[in-house]
Amino acid sequence: MIAETGLAALWLAAALSLLQLLLGVGYSRGIMGGTAAARPIAIAQGLLTLLSFGMLIALFLRTDLSVSLVAANSHSAKPWMYKFAGAWGNHEGSMLLWVSVLAAAGAGIAMFGKRLSEPMLVATLGAQAAIGLGFYVFLLFASNPFARLDLAPMEGRGLNPLLQDPGLAFHPPTLYLGYVGLSVAFSLAVAALLTREVGPALARAMRPWVLAAWILLTLGITAGSYWAYYELGWGGWWFWDPVENASLMPWLAATALLHSVNVLAARGGLRAWTMMLAVLAFSMSMVGTFLVRSGILTSVHAFAVDPQRGTFILVLLSLYIGGALALFAARVGTIREGARFALVSREAALVANNLLLSVILGVVLLGTLYPLLVEAVTGEKLSVGAPYFNAVVGPLALILAAFLLIGPRLRWRRDSAPLLGRIAIPALIVVGALLISWLAAPQIGLLPRFGLAIAAALGVFSLAPLFGRNLRRAPLSLWGMVIAHFGVAVALAGMAADSAFTRETLAVARVNDRLAVGPWVVRLAKLDPVVGPNWTAIEATLRASRGEGAIVLKPQTRAFTDPPTETNEAAIHTALDGQLYAVIGRQDADGRWQVRLWWKPFVTLIWLGGVLIALGGLLALIGRQWRQRGVRRRQREAEEWA
Amino acid sequence: MMVRPKHQRLVLVSLALAALLGAVLLAMWGLKDRAAYFYTPSDIGRAAPGRAMRLGGMVDKGSLIHEVDGVTIRFTVSDGKARLPVTYRGIVPDLFREGSGVVAEGRLDRGTFIADAILAKHDESYMPPQMENLAVAAPAQ
Repeated sequence: MIAETGLAALWLAAALSLLQLLLGVGYSRGIMGGTAAARPIAIAQGLLTLLSFGMLIALFLRTDLSVSLVAANSHSAKPWMYKFAGAWGNHEGSMLLWVSVLAAAGAGIAMFGKRLSEPMLVATLGAQAAIGLGFYVFLLFASNPFARLDLAPMEGRGLNPLLQDPGLAFHPPTLYLGYVGLSVAFSLAVAALLTREVGPALARAMRPWVLAAWILLTLGITAGSYWAYYELGWGGWWFWDPVENASLMPWLAATALLHSVNVLAARGGLRAWTMMLAVLAFSMSMVGTFLVRSGILTSVHAFAVDPQRGTFILVLLSLYIGGALALFAARVGTIREGARFALVSREAALVANNLLLSVILGVVLLGTLYPLLVEAVTGEKLSVGAPYFNAVVGPLALILAAFLLIGPRLRWRRDSAPLLGRIAIPALIVVGALLISWLAAPQIGLLPRFGLAIAAALGVFSLAPLFGRNLRRAPLSLWGMVIAHFGVAVALAGMAADSAFTRETLAVARVNDRLAVGPWVVRLAKLDPVVGPNWTAIEATLRASRGEGAIVLKPQTRAFTDPPTETNEAAIHTALDGQLYAVIGRQDADGRWQVRLWWKPFVTLIWLGGVLIALGGLLALIGRQWRQRGVRRRQREAEEWA
Repeated sequence: MMVRPKHQRLVLVSLALAALLGAVLLAMWGLKDRAAYFYTPSDIGRAAPGRAMRLGGMVDKGSLIHEVDGVTIRFTVSDGKARLPVTYRGIVPDLFREGSGVVAEGRLDRGTFIADAILAKHDESYMPPQMENLAVAAPAQ
């Protein structure tokens, strides 16, 4: 019954989305009435998809093996948390989550988009329904999560052990909320182009959605990076895996959009460009979905290679992106010119930010798609990895960070202070930090060295907008910007320190042997067998010390039975100045154990920075909403007095 | 210095186009010598020595040797037509075993493939797309 209820709810939601789309078209032709019907339909659609998703979770929690998806991806002996999170650890379930978020976002516009004009609201909901409809069709006809088996197996096939981690409960839903939250910006832009309402009011309506989606994307990427770092046992925090790029590309576009939408809201500038970015950001989300779901690229995340599904998503993708771009091209002439600004101004700095982010997005996109292009043209197979992305993205990111030293201090429209004065002090700090690093650590590479220097200057100058202000009076959104930019400095410092100072030791050891890594001496104390709920493991006890006191690390090699797989569980000790990371391998013929150790100074700053960036976004979101509520209240009061 | 509105849009559009062009040029420059081509032992003769590349094939049964340092392994990879010796220093991924498929990342050095990384196969049903043709060409040996 549960599966049938879920499927019925999904069909009903699909029907409502069709109705919602027709309503949008009908309204624009003047045939039908507007928001009275559109709002409840969008909300009902959101509730139905959530019901459907809830039913899928219930099936996984009960391990109902008559449902083919559960049988293929779950197992009765799995801890309940992984049964729960396992609902989206597969193709069909994750697509259902995708659609649920899309419909919930539509419901969100219907509930909170009170300041949109009626034509705008109906058109936005229509656009949202148009996107949803394609993905409902995809789910119902090509990826039905509720399909029953004629004969239920005795036991399920289990969940990939790499996914049996608390990270699975947090990382995909957060990322999807961010990915799909960008659909609102897309729908708003499409609606504004249709109704010719591109202006500051639209930007103010779009901003909270972009901010919220961007915060969740930032958190999702940060969490995913840390998850990969401790789970995969390679000691790296970013692998330039196609699927990581698929999450980075919408983030880059959303970051650019976040900045340009502010120019539009505050100054009425960058109108066409902001619309373009809003279309681009969600397009990148869809490209990411295509890359992941079609399994077209070799990846950890490619659950299955299924050409039919890939083709389906590719068709949807070209339809939506092509349609939106065609609409943009047709209507770009009707968008009014933006307000003027000088070459040295906040707007100009934000244009530089946008251009650099777009160039980074471009090179990441080209690098990610290049293997597909080459194979399609020449039949030759190749892969593009860290050597390309680090060499190309690294310097661009540093230039972007260097702009951040000056940009936020410039005034809107025209900055009157001499530019040289603005640049002089940050430049001096960068040069000073470079000199110090040359004296202290002459051997480190050029990129990490500049990274450290720029991070040091940015750590100071990201706070500059607060200098000379009454801190209690400074608006929350200003604090948000400062904290987010400070987070960039923190993350940059972590990345540079990790690549400059990491020490690695790979060796074999018998019990009581000592190994050295960086300042640490590590002793292999003992090895024990351990039993978990659905795995067995050999657990090593490592005692590590640098000077006084010792800490204990317990890395494992785990053997899972369903499916039969071995994984290395890394053990990590977090100190104030970095992390000691240990992995235990196999025993060799002489009875020695492979041990791999890393000492990674200040690596934790990478994720701390990510969290700070998201926190800054959250403060800006709260601050803006708060202030707008205050403005509206004062307007109401003024009207009452008048 | 203020730009006239008409000109401002022109300037912004040309900047955007320049950025796009810059991105394409930069990507082409980067991809020219940083993309790792995928080879099998029989066509690795075409590869330039010293460049990063990927090698795919089956690990020959009985070819796996552990060096005395305990962390270096040697094995040969074949695609049914040719074989190539490979050395790798590090902890091998969980599903690496003789007689099964492998993708190694590294460089060719005087007839030996020096692997920097052995790519993990993440579950038993997972097969890198690049290996599919190979599996057909060389069924389990």
